[in-house]
Amino acid sequence: MDIFRNLAEINLDVLKEVGNIGAGHAATALSRLVDKPIDMGVPAVRMLAFDEIADQVGGSEQVVIATFLRVEGDAPGNLFFIMKPHAAKRLLRYLAGLQVGSEDEYSEMELSALSEIGNILAGSYLSSLADFTGLFMTPTVPALAIDMAGAILSFGLLQFGQMGDGALLIDTTFLEGDEEVEGQFFLIPDPPSFAKIFRALGVPYE
Amino acid sequence: MIEDLQVVKVGMADLNVVQGSGIIRTTGLGSCVGLTLYDPAAHIVGMAHVMLPSSETAREGQLNLMKYADTAIPMLLEKIDRLGGIRRRLVAKMAGGAQMFAFNSMSDTMRIGPRNVENCKEMLKQFSIPLLAEDTGGNYGRTVEMNCQTGILHIRSVQIGVKEI
Repeated sequence: MDIFRNLAEINLDVLKEVGNIGAGHAATALSRLVDKPIDMGVPAVRMLAFDEIADQVGGSEQVVIATFLRVEGDAPGNLFFIMKPHAAKRLLRYLAGLQVGSEDEYSEMELSALSEIGNILAGSYLSSLADFTGLFMTPTVPALAIDMAGAILSFGLLQFGQMGDGALLIDTTFLEGDEEVEGQFFLIPDPPSFAKIFRALGVPYE
Repeated sequence: MIEDLQVVKVGMADLNVVQGSGIIRTTGLGSCVGLTLYDPAAHIVGMAHVMLPSSETAREGQLNLMKYADTAIPMLLEKIDRLGGIRRRLVAKMAGGAQMFAFNSMSDTMRIGPRNVENCKEMLKQFSIPLLAEDTGGNYGRTVEMNCQTGILHIRSVQIGVKEI
């Protein structure tokens, strides 16, 4: 994984901007959906060991609601939108007309709504990213899972698994007014995609 | 239950052994496989958290032997040997190898869970270690632990609850 050890400051800044643009558009979409202001944390770009990645959302066994989509095209990778159960329920409550049950039960209707939220957010993240870079990126149909963070996120690490014991992650957090975390975007580009992203944005690399 | 038991944690692409009294566990298995080898007489448990089926696909410079089914199992056996475990007494159990997300366009990387399970079984056959029980497949995550006094594999999942094999 040496290629990532000596990324220049400018490369990291570019990746942060990638997270910023993608999540910024998604935050606007979410804000319209729930009719509340949604803020964003400063994107973090980190090279993390596999075990540390699940720690970013509360540990390997933390139950999360995740929308996953595989990005195909010029710069393939994996995109996750992750919510904790209480945040997901709060989001559902904001959406008009939904009777929300307890945190460990999800009705057909709630699952369908969560799936659609994930769909909209991930779609807007990706399309703004494609516009920004001018790269051709196409999403697979997003899949929703409610399960342990470790089990879900490890699925996005397989491409990195053949190359080393860590992955480079672009992490952007959504916050609601009182600083409560609403959700988190993880973009994990496949290792060969970094060079393509840098080249597309005219940034020197290697 | 005795509360003060030593708990050995096994991370992703990691392996370890525990002997005498104690628990060994690994959390959040998705497509990864949690494989245990148990010597009931010496009360030794070895556990590996296998991430990928074969080291042949590796493109990393320094190979992490604990990550691949074909390299982790021999390494685990060596560790058990060193503690005084006897190979012909060993019995295996495994859990995990789920398919967390299903897509129509299934490339081979997407089928990683079932392939992890297949390759682990292949390795067990090579070393003539019987597979006593397994809880593999499905589309959900698992946390597994084994107490080296009993050799029972406890499997916890969000959707199914607790199971023992």
